[in-house]
Amino acid sequence: MTDPAAAAEPFRFYTSLLLQEATGVRASTLTQLAKHLRQASPSCIYYHTHHFLLQHHYLVPEPTNDFAYWVGEILGDDLLAELLASIDTMEYAKLEELREALARAIEGYLADHPMARFKFVPAGQEFFFVKSVHVVLPTAYMASTLLEFAQALERVSLHSLYFHVFEARLRLGRPTNDFSRWFSEQLGLQELAERVSRLDPYAQTLDALRATLLALIREQLHLS
Amino acid sequence: MSSLAEYEPIVGSGAVEELRALAAHLAGKPVLMVNSTRLGGGVAEILNRMVPLLKELGLDVRWDVIEGPPAFYKVTKAFHNALHGKPEPITQEMFDLFLEVGRQNARRLALDAQFLVIHDPQPLVLVEKRTRRSPARWVWRCHIDVSRPQPQVWTFLKPFIRKFDAAVYSVPAFAQRLPMRQLIIAPSIDPLSEKNRELAPDDIAAVLRRLGVPQDRPIITQVSRFDYLKDPVGVIEAFRRVRRSVKCRLVLAGGSASDDPEGEEVLGRVRGAAKDDPEIHLLMLPPTSDLEINALQRASAVVMQKSLKEGFGLTVSEALWKARPVVASAVGGIPLQVKHRYSGLLVHSVEGAAYAAKQLLNNPAYAKRLGENGREHVRQNFLLTRHLRDYLLTFLTLGSSDDVLYLNGG
Repeated sequence: MTDPAAAAEPFRFYTSLLLQEATGVRASTLTQLAKHLRQASPSCIYYHTHHFLLQHHYLVPEPTNDFAYWVGEILGDDLLAELLASIDTMEYAKLEELREALARAIEGYLADHPMARFKFVPAGQEFFFVKSVHVVLPTAYMASTLLEFAQALERVSLHSLYFHVFEARLRLGRPTNDFSRWFSEQLGLQELAERVSRLDPYAQTLDALRATLLALIREQLHLS
Repeated sequence: MSSLAEYEPIVGSGAVEELRALAAHLAGKPVLMVNSTRLGGGVAEILNRMVPLLKELGLDVRWDVIEGPPAFYKVTKAFHNALHGKPEPITQEMFDLFLEVGRQNARRLALDAQFLVIHDPQPLVLVEKRTRRSPARWVWRCHIDVSRPQPQVWTFLKPFIRKFDAAVYSVPAFAQRLPMRQLIIAPSIDPLSEKNRELAPDDIAAVLRRLGVPQDRPIITQVSRFDYLKDPVGVIEAFRRVRRSVKCRLVLAGGSASDDPEGEEVLGRVRGAAKDDPEIHLLMLPPTSDLEINALQRASAVVMQKSLKEGFGLTVSEALWKARPVVASAVGGIPLQVKHRYSGLLVHSVEGAAYAAKQLLNNPAYAKRLGENGREHVRQNFLLTRHLRDYLLTFLTLGSSDDVLYLNGG
């Protein structure tokens, strides 16, 4: 195994730790859910479409986003729950666009199924809008070569993996995940960068994602 | 008392490294925790574990308690009930005593830390000492369900609460519309405590023999004090439905209720419902029975928590941590701990509880999978280390209105 290229700028692994903040806003019907969803901040949308990935990272299949879970399991509308769960987060570059897609799915469903607006949940089981506050800090792991990168990736926490793959793109508005950017810009490995950016991180657990990334990198190391 | 290094094999060295990295930014910062008792109750239990670990992480933590005459605690008990939404007669004298004792304590205590964490309503008046120019940050840590408080008491307390930088609740449902930040920090269990540590099968068997519970058939257990809100009679009804098709035993284990007139009444009704059934075991355990609770939970085929109302319901996390399949009501903080059909079964009725328990007893592989998922869920979300991390994040983000805070190497 060889590792010919060393980056001018090493890759520093960061981690991101999340604190939950209540907004005091709640919904007990689909009409309220759509209304409050439209007014929700991007960090609120991010929280409800992502936190379960970390909270339930060990589950296969993973539970759906919070909106789909609440609509299906609490409000008891399986069809709309399925529609909300099937919204592909990967298709949206901005949280505002994802918010629009979610709100439109609920509003469209209500237009097609007018009786659904009469469904409600009892007190205590409402949808509570929460937002996330993140503290980002560097870890001790750094890499200058692809081999060092692989060694670090094996050891970093799931929070760190999550930060560079999910938060970097959608929450921090970077064009792709941090790994692909570094492979491309610092190591000149365009094909590896593209293969990693094409992965759907939402369709697998974080442990599985780590294993997939490591397999792609090892394959590249053998090729080099 | 356990040290942080002892948690590494349980939560991973990465999680403990992250705690140390966060705490490096708070090294030497003075923190004051204030509550109303050093012994007894969930808050004191949490502080007894958390304060030494925060000190180990390098924070300069002090823990003080307020003092007051018995009449003051009668007032705070009435406030507690009223905040839970129970109709409670409150007089002007009660408000006056609450203020007077609060102000006496404010004069007595050194409220000079950088971060002051005031637990529950009893010491709320201390915040009057906050001066506008002081850089100190004040946090109200509310451990109780204030989702539907009695307006009279809430209106009285609200001006004090509004003086804080942040309020912290256990469950999003408890948050009110208030002008300051409202954080959600779930409580936690300590995996190294007597109630949760690993036990050898022989030790479990010895405890059950001592308690007179045969292990000849699957055991369904509910651990809770004898209280209407925990619905012990409903659990007996559910058990009888299950037993029609599956041989099993029921254990209801709870604290002695001798000082609580309502508790005695509930116990009487539970005894009446059990009718000396040899397969129903009513265990009156003293508050020090952590080992017994641990063994009973570990010996159970199904752990039930069929509460009608619940603050957080940490007994659910205790059972899940032992990888036990759980049947629990969807109330209070329980839905945060159990994702239906992933890490346990949520129910809404006696019939539902019986049906769910039967499913689990008849499908041991499914029950095992739910239990194992539950253990991972607790490892990730409801252990003491996550609780510590949330406190550190709270201190670090107080005073910032940004949704992302970047820290350097520290």
